Amino acid sequence: MSFLKLFKSENVANNSESIWYENWQLLKKNKSAMFGLYIIIFFVLIAIFAPVVAPFDPYAQNIDIRKLPFFSWPYILGTDDFGRDILSRIIYGARISLVIGFISVSISLIFGSFIGLISGFYGGWIDKISMRIIDIMLAFPYILLTIVIVALLGPTLLNAMIAIGIARLPQYARIMRASVLAEKAAEYVEAEKSLGVGNVELMFRSILPNCLAPIIVQATLGVGSAIIESAALSFLGLGAQPPTPEWGLMIASAREFVSSAWWIVTFPGIAILFVVLGFNLLGDGIRDVLDPRLKD
Amino acid sequence: MYKFILKRVGMLFPTLFGVITLVFFMLALSPGEPARVILGERANKEAVEKLNAELGLDKPMHVQYVIYLKKVVQLDFGRSIKTGQRVIDEIKSRFPATIELAIFSMILASVAGIFIGVISATKRYSLLDYVSMFGALFGVSMPVFWLGLVLIIIFSVNLNLLPTGGRMDIRYYFVPITNFYILDGLIHFFKSGDLGVFLSAVTHMILPAVTLGTIPLAIIARITRSSMLEVLKQDYIKTARAIGTPEHKVIFKYALRNALLPVITVIGLQFGMLLAGAILTETIFAWPGIGKWLYHAIESRDFPAIQGGIIVISTCFVLINLFVDLLYSVINPKIRTE
Repeated sequence: MSFLKLFKSENVANNSESIWYENWQLLKKNKSAMFGLYIIIFFVLIAIFAPVVAPFDPYAQNIDIRKLPFFSWPYILGTDDFGRDILSRIIYGARISLVIGFISVSISLIFGSFIGLISGFYGGWIDKISMRIIDIMLAFPYILLTIVIVALLGPTLLNAMIAIGIARLPQYARIMRASVLAEKAAEYVEAEKSLGVGNVELMFRSILPNCLAPIIVQATLGVGSAIIESAALSFLGLGAQPPTPEWGLMIASAREFVSSAWWIVTFPGIAILFVVLGFNLLGDGIRDVLDPRLKD
Repeated sequence: MYKFILKRVGMLFPTLFGVITLVFFMLALSPGEPARVILGERANKEAVEKLNAELGLDKPMHVQYVIYLKKVVQLDFGRSIKTGQRVIDEIKSRFPATIELAIFSMILASVAGIFIGVISATKRYSLLDYVSMFGALFGVSMPVFWLGLVLIIIFSVNLNLLPTGGRMDIRYYFVPITNFYILDGLIHFFKSGDLGVFLSAVTHMILPAVTLGTIPLAIIARITRSSMLEVLKQDYIKTARAIGTPEHKVIFKYALRNALLPVITVIGLQFGMLLAGAILTETIFAWPGIGKWLYHAIESRDFPAIQGGIIVISTCFVLINLFVDLLYSVINPKIRTE
């Protein structure tokens, strides 16, 4: 038995390494996916090196230079109603948006996948109960669910992340459950079962790695939508609070100046657009590679 | 077929019950006492306790829950803390505005989305295809509230073509009959020959409808394109072409019909989403619908209003999804047997 197991797991390790490598080679050929990846890398670098890249302090107010228009050197993108440099605030904002995106997706990814894995694997009443709860969560439009959760928890950035994570969790649970059900019927699972492999090992070491493809696609696309949703929450006053340089909040605070100072509203939105575009391009590319059936 | 419908409709009740229950416990367990919200932070303890007793909040949780269930079944969500009006009346008076906006956004998104999708699929890998698919990608990557403000900057502030918000010019005084202002405008026109009300309603509709419709438009265009490409690969299309059927007939009569199956599902699901997505759009355009109302209720922690609003929107969402499922089973025989 141990010989067989050893043989199999080694084989799997080699195989999966080459599969990941092969997939990466395929992805590299996809120009739009690579373009998306470059956008993401660009924003990640900007976020990490914000103190170096940003020309000014994002919090520094200066009454003398309020609402300077776009291209007023050295304030390239102009200043806002408190005389703060918009470019610097956008650069620091990248930190917040990316962190929110990754953390909220991690929340839904970890908990959603876990629920899906358990209910798909064990079936029976565990499956029935958890899928009932998931159905009920899906009965709320998720935007509404997010807003309500954050309104109840209190309007902070952390709560916004938690709310987005919880509201998106059902999708991951469903996807994971569906792949586990398909995988459970596979012969290698039967073989391992007959060899006496324990349930936990079977679930996490054998089945889980084979169910990751659709989840990875969902998560990549999910970071983009999480960034939009967190900006929307901040826009409604339910996320980041002033004077945080959060993109949605920057747009909200400039709402009253749309007629006099368009640049304050416009540029943070363009930043959101490009980051999200990056994740969508990469996500679409990964989907084409991992699940060629979905490719048109 | 009937079995499928019965089963699907039967699922409705546990789901709605779950929604109603979840809403109760979310609000009941959330921090912040409604009585404090009504009376203010500085109210004394006796007054708060007295009001709690009046609102039935001094009773044990399970008793409150049963009372709540009985009321919800009768569509009684209590009175709004802020206005003192009955919540169901407030919802009723605002719902037509949201429905009207959602319908127009969806018409726009469906017509434009299907059109773009079909063109992209038939002219695959052409410049037009790349431009429209990249446009669709931009559409799904955009924050809706930002798009709304940018449209206001362009069309209201700079070009001065369209109004920045509201449903109707204040100079028009008229008594709404249906509360769907565009329809009311038409009725007004037939009665008095004055087209102003109708035109005002239409111009107020354009920017919010475009804003709310952009994401569904992009999604519908992408789905239509991939669904069309899938269908165009089929043998029966090749046969139709081989026997010399005109191309427009192949595309619109044979291909599009089958390609629309998944598109219809997406349209239905997106329509449900729109009702909730209206929160952002209505807030930006001062659109007096249920989304903006719910947003203010959340802002002021108006618990009965929040409860009523969420239950009504979610119920509509569930019903629309049910309708889409049933419609899909009617037009796609494959699903009935499953």
